[in-house]
Amino acid sequence: MSQDNNLTLDQEKVETQVPAQSLSSLAWKRLKRDKVGMISLLIVCFYLLLCAAGWMGLAGENWRADVAVPNAPPTFATWEPRGTQVNTVAAPSGSADQVDDDNSAAAPDPLAALMAQADKHESQYASKTTTLKDTLILGADGQGRDVLQKAIKGTSVSVSVALLGAFCAIVIGTILGAIAGYFGKWVDDVLMWFYSIFTSVPDMLLLLSFAAVLSRGISTLVLIFALTSWTYVFRLMRAEFMKHKERDYIKAADAIGAGQTRKMFRHILPNVSHILLVQFSILTVGMIKSEVVLSFLGFGVGIKQTSWGAMLAEVPSELIQGYWWQMLTVTVFMSVLVTAFSLLTDSLRDALDPKVS
Amino acid sequence: MKTPLVRISNLKVDFKMEDGRYFEALKRISFDIPHHTVLALVGESGSGKSVTSTALMGLLPESNTVIDQDSCIEFNGRSVLAMSKKELRRLRGGDIAMIFQDPMSSLNPVFTIGDQIIETLQEHKSMSQKAARQKAIDLLTEVGLPNPESRIHAYPHELSGGQQQRVMIAIAIACEPKLLIADEPTTALDVTIQKQILELIAKMQKKHGMSVLFVTHDLGVVAEFADEVVVMRHGEICESGGIEEVFSHPKHPYTKALLNCRPSLTYRPERLAVIDDFLQGEEYQLPADRPRGYQEGNPVILEVNNLCKYFKIKTGLFRYIDLKAVDGVSFQLQRGKTLGIVGESGSGKSTVGHTIMRLLESTSGEALFEGKDILSMSNEDFKPLKRRVQIIFQNPYASLNPRFTVGQILIEPMLLHHIGKDRQEREKLARSLLDKVGLAANAFNKYPHEFSGGQRQRIAIARCLTLQPDILICDESVSALDVSVQAQVLNLLQDLQDEFQMSYLFISHDLSVVKHISDQIMVMQQGKVVEMGDADSVYANPQHDYTQKLIASIPQNPQWFEANLAL
Repeated sequence: MSQDNNLTLDQEKVETQVPAQSLSSLAWKRLKRDKVGMISLLIVCFYLLLCAAGWMGLAGENWRADVAVPNAPPTFATWEPRGTQVNTVAAPSGSADQVDDDNSAAAPDPLAALMAQADKHESQYASKTTTLKDTLILGADGQGRDVLQKAIKGTSVSVSVALLGAFCAIVIGTILGAIAGYFGKWVDDVLMWFYSIFTSVPDMLLLLSFAAVLSRGISTLVLIFALTSWTYVFRLMRAEFMKHKERDYIKAADAIGAGQTRKMFRHILPNVSHILLVQFSILTVGMIKSEVVLSFLGFGVGIKQTSWGAMLAEVPSELIQGYWWQMLTVTVFMSVLVTAFSLLTDSLRDALDPKVS
Repeated sequence: MKTPLVRISNLKVDFKMEDGRYFEALKRISFDIPHHTVLALVGESGSGKSVTSTALMGLLPESNTVIDQDSCIEFNGRSVLAMSKKELRRLRGGDIAMIFQDPMSSLNPVFTIGDQIIETLQEHKSMSQKAARQKAIDLLTEVGLPNPESRIHAYPHELSGGQQQRVMIAIAIACEPKLLIADEPTTALDVTIQKQILELIAKMQKKHGMSVLFVTHDLGVVAEFADEVVVMRHGEICESGGIEEVFSHPKHPYTKALLNCRPSLTYRPERLAVIDDFLQGEEYQLPADRPRGYQEGNPVILEVNNLCKYFKIKTGLFRYIDLKAVDGVSFQLQRGKTLGIVGESGSGKSTVGHTIMRLLESTSGEALFEGKDILSMSNEDFKPLKRRVQIIFQNPYASLNPRFTVGQILIEPMLLHHIGKDRQEREKLARSLLDKVGLAANAFNKYPHEFSGGQRQRIAIARCLTLQPDILICDESVSALDVSVQAQVLNLLQDLQDEFQMSYLFISHDLSVVKHISDQIMVMQQGKVVEMGDADSVYANPQHDYTQKLIASIPQNPQWFEANLAL
């Protein structure tokens, strides 16, 4: 309305822009101007696609197959041309239970029955010739498995564990933090005691003890991460809800008759969501690192799966023999993502809360 | 002719916006500040008055400010724009000192006030510790802080707002500046304190022979005390000249508007003047007087008896003392009338409003709404009554959820109270209410941050109107607004009362605003009612000492000015 003449700088700006600029769309605009942030976002998106492709079986599916000679070097590090080694490998073409073990035919040769049985078994085995490559793009591990395939599969496992873990930690931390901060008094006291118990144990010890008790697997890792990391979110959300519940807009919501749940999750939560987004990003990076540590120590995803940590666990014995390619691959894969994620976190923080920068 | 202390000529400042475009904050303004003069720089928010004073100090952020080549700011004949950082630092604090609106945030909370004065003295005057300490005590005595010998060891939070502002003034005059810039120094203070601070600044100006640049949005404050006035709007100077000349014969319609839109104590127009009345070029006609007042025996909508609200203050591990924020307050609010509650900060006036709205739990007492006590009923029983009693808060920047569109803000209360059949009907009602409070239809899909303070307060009013309440509690609802916008919102509240016969509980520290809109007035001091009665008779004939003191503190327009109002 033109009658109000107290246009401040901000209002002058938005007045001339397209109508309806929500805070999140303004933040997105700021992020788009941040080159580092956008590049990091692209890298993170690429990893997310890789992760999805891994689960859908589009990439890294054959990570378990022995496709090369053990410890085949990467192509770019192969100076002398090598021939392809042809290996003959016995592979079953049928199942052993189908073997008919009948000894009814009595024969003079006491071994004849056994011989016949052995012949029968042998006939069911076909000799298959597989070609094992001497080099692969990124080399092979000690069992001749393709390091690139393993790395892709490992990416999809590690990234999903971290994302799911961070998400669960955010959900637990937000709900408990909201309740503690909003209601205060004894509710807050009880939850704070609970929080103190969790934080009084060193994180790594807590991780290891959960890992020792529970069985191996992806879901266990997610659970462990969620249980150890919710405390960070809880502390932040509790403080934010305490601050926001005193704000006038919550009093106004109270005055028009909004209920507690509505005030907490419909009014306050969107106003603290930017903090959650940044926290989610920080937690994910932390969990990627924790997964590596746990798997390295042997508490990781188990032998049926691979992950960055599981791959790194194989590295020490390889390095002694001079096979460095698996370490290089995993390190590059991991450090690119962790760096991009951290830079993205910074950019997100700047875009969502321009007051800080 | 002697060179003036400050000469600003052709000053043009552009701000670079986030999206790369430029916003013209100052459009080639020129004015002088002579020696030994109080110059008032008057304008609403966004007029560029603060940009001007910041530029004078050389404090504009370099990263996004463009000062035009031809611009010139001279202090005592030296160009401020050409100074190096070191010279600027010597200029600030040495020759130019500044006091701000909020003394609490300008004082460092972890140092004693003595340390802060001594630091300034040593920084600019290379004094010994002992001499600086003595000087600090002298300065605190000069600005009228009681017991300066012991108060020198006090921390800022141990002082009241007025005392903090006195300390700020002591720091400012410590180095005998030639120019004191006062940026809205009394806006955050109560009327009685405001009067004292203004008198102190005037006294210091005369005693130390300095010039004062007094930046304010309120013409009323400067009438008694400034020598010259510069009126700014949208980065341009509308009018400048001697105070008497500008006030008695304002030439620019904007100045006339500013002079007239402030509620007066002597008459009560049907509608307050707004800027547009003057800018349209027609001669402004003073509207007829609106009769106000209340009679015993009118229907009463809300009766409050012996309301108490004590806050528990922890003094030891298991020891509490009661802070009596509201102590035995009783009043009756008549249907369709306005009860004004006035008092200084800490008098408990806002607590009364919040307790009746049940945003705070009352300690004892009753509030009878149509015969039922709303303070003792359960939350479920009270919920339908929330429709009937609504509240508008002081700060329109804080009372609207920044993540909701205006549409969502207006529809939410209807959803909660099942008003309207479906979304379409609610949307229709919301749009009609936007129109009623004077906002454009495209406001519906916008977010609160896209509006100015006055517009946001209109949104808050529209939110209350969705419920069609019988009682509207206005908690300092116009205090955060510029005078001209304040006049618009007061007119709106008046129109709505006429149309819907709402009863207002109007809480404010601004006595002239309360006088304008109230039928009945209640004066509160330290949680107790000290005087209550018909608005006009309380102002004309205050009985209690405290009321007399409050009324005497209102910035009085000088005789020559009052006579010329609304020409």
